[in-house]
Amino acid sequence: MSEYVELKRPLFTPFFMALALLVGLAVVFLAVRFVNGMGSVANLNGGYSWGIWVVYDIVVGTALACGGYALAVTVYVFNKGKYHPLIRPALLTSLLGYGFAAFGAFVDMGRWWQFYNLFLPWQMNFHSVMLEVGLCVSAYVMVLSIEFLPTILQRFRAQALAQRIESVLSRALFFVIALGILLPTMHQSSLGSFLIAMGWKVHPLWQTLHFQPLLAVLSAFTMGFAIVVLESSLAAAAFRRAPETPLLAGLGRIIVGLIVAFLVIRFAAILWQGKLGRIFAFDLGSLMFLIETALFAYPLAVLISPRGRRNAKKLLYAAASMVLAGALYRFDAFLITFDPGPGYSYFPAFPESMVTVGTVAAEIMAYLYFVKKFPVLPREEHAAA
Amino acid sequence: MAKDSNFSFDASTDFAAIEQRLGVSRRTFLKFCTGVAASFGLGTKAAFAMAEAIANPAKRPPVIWLHGQECTGPTESLLRSEQPTFEHLILDLISLDYHQTLDAGAGHRVEAVKREAMEKYKGKYLLVVEGAIPLAQNGIFCKIGGQTMMDATREAAENAAAIVAFGSCASWGGVQSAAPNPTGATGAPQFLKGKTVVTIPGCPPNPANFLGTVLYFVTYGKLPPIDDKGRPKWAYSRLIHENCYRRPHFDAGRFATQFGDEGHRQGWCLYKLGCKGPETYNNCPSLEYNNVGGGVWPIGVGHPCFGCSEQGTGFNKPMFSLAEVKTHTPPNAFPNIADRQNPTSSTVVAAAAVAGAAVGAFLGATAVAGKKLDGKQAEASQSADKGA
Repeated sequence: MSEYVELKRPLFTPFFMALALLVGLAVVFLAVRFVNGMGSVANLNGGYSWGIWVVYDIVVGTALACGGYALAVTVYVFNKGKYHPLIRPALLTSLLGYGFAAFGAFVDMGRWWQFYNLFLPWQMNFHSVMLEVGLCVSAYVMVLSIEFLPTILQRFRAQALAQRIESVLSRALFFVIALGILLPTMHQSSLGSFLIAMGWKVHPLWQTLHFQPLLAVLSAFTMGFAIVVLESSLAAAAFRRAPETPLLAGLGRIIVGLIVAFLVIRFAAILWQGKLGRIFAFDLGSLMFLIETALFAYPLAVLISPRGRRNAKKLLYAAASMVLAGALYRFDAFLITFDPGPGYSYFPAFPESMVTVGTVAAEIMAYLYFVKKFPVLPREEHAAA
Repeated sequence: MAKDSNFSFDASTDFAAIEQRLGVSRRTFLKFCTGVAASFGLGTKAAFAMAEAIANPAKRPPVIWLHGQECTGPTESLLRSEQPTFEHLILDLISLDYHQTLDAGAGHRVEAVKREAMEKYKGKYLLVVEGAIPLAQNGIFCKIGGQTMMDATREAAENAAAIVAFGSCASWGGVQSAAPNPTGATGAPQFLKGKTVVTIPGCPPNPANFLGTVLYFVTYGKLPPIDDKGRPKWAYSRLIHENCYRRPHFDAGRFATQFGDEGHRQGWCLYKLGCKGPETYNNCPSLEYNNVGGGVWPIGVGHPCFGCSEQGTGFNKPMFSLAEVKTHTPPNAFPNIADRQNPTSSTVVAAAAVAGAAVGAFLGATAVAGKKLDGKQAEASQSADKGA
């Protein structure tokens, strides 16, 4: 008997239909974007060549999709088998997050018809951070699909073909899992390297130079764990299942350690670079920094006590705060405090925002589809144990 | 000088003799060879192999040079080549035994010299064809010394070690092959079916492309890699469009639409003025023309490329008609990349509302879920208490 089950619930709920409406709207705007070019839907300009599509869909989106990565490290590297029940939903959110990030990159590409050149070795520029991220993300989407394949196959277990694929897969899966840990480590740190490459355009409080990759990986990790907690709690609330609090409490402990490491390194870097005074300048950068730090500090305060960790509601709030903190850290560095030079300004256009909203809606729809049609969520007795 | 592996040419090679013979310094000479090798994408080693080949007169191949229907443009451009002081080098690099427009002699004597040379160097000489070959009415439209160009070409090609068609006329027919083509003008490769003909098209062709090809032949004793139209790949494998320095304007949608308009004066893309760069294979953007420098080649001086070297384009398509873009055509609209104005559109307000709604939805969902979980957990602990 499997430790995972599919939810026997109707798929086409009013909520699902509302999401479909948002996706439909996004599709319309995307059609305009591909017929008339990016300028007709997006507010991007020479200064802000990366808008909400890149910063939300890729930079934040892939970090939110780090649940699979974080849990894979915990279960397979640190051999904490008890978290295994959480891994399928985490892999699913990762796969969806990365899949839509790749889609977002494509949509944001000015000359998207040149996309295939990314994969032609003779066209590659090996000094480019962008190449690293592009290749890594596409490879990781593939790895995630393979990692998630057993879930799909389980449903078709009666068929001979599925059995054959499964037996091959079970022998090769350890290698795929190893890749699934290596690849995110590479490109998540590269997302930090982007900020190094952007130099003075990045606000001093976020421009920690060679600490960027480390901070990026750490924050991705924290967000990965937080999103596992968030996803599991929201699923429990939405589907009226028993919360998996005992397991999640363990993740809460890991989050505490990661937040402490992140904050210590970040403040040390700022102190070492002599920019501590900017925190209290009370301009836009300073305010955003303070909000961000508060959002990081809240989960720390809640999760540091064992009682806080065992409270399902507080655990959820802490995870939500953590996710917001990580997202804001990236939004601040890449967009909000980003300064490409005098005269440039950027705020996403309505169609542009609706494309991102539609992407998120599509992700939620896909999630609902998979948990209701495939054995993704852990059995309730497992979680409660 | 240190015995570097790159400098491992035959020590006996007499470069001092070259200085006397060519009237150029050894340094200038080696610089020239390195330059030619570099345009092939070859290293220093190849440069020295070429230097050696030139310095050693025994290797000089005899050359028979034929002229057909043409304006002598290729020879003219070759004579004005600056790389190296060409008249010295080309005459020393090859042994030019017969060339109708450069020969001092004339008449039957010269024709006799040609036949002697062809007999003496059977299978060893290089045949250069310049100009188209008229085929209509048995080729009576072009005769040299009473012999039609058809016969002269066929005769010379018979025992040639290699054949080079120099210029668009010789490569595919050139201007006189354009409709209605009353003389039936054809290029050498189409006429000499079954023989390998290296073509250096262009009207006039870039002398560097010819020189490089001949140097390659002299050095390695074989012809450089060529494409299906016989063009050396090192010179003709890329579209002009691919390396054009106006290309960024094409990609950004900035076009000159009239001679002298704003875009034309700003140096924008000439595609809409009929530039044939997008369908013409040549290395003009990187070599420019005749070493004059300063952007001297058609697109460089503000005129659209007319596709002189491309069969079916030059002399065949109207000068100002749009080219067929072989790479990618740009979309209808581009994001405005130099817009420094504040976005004041009302959609920004709507977008802000969307952003607010998204964050609100996230917080709301979290709060509701928190409440539900609280109830669930209380329930669970109650039942656990009851059980205990």
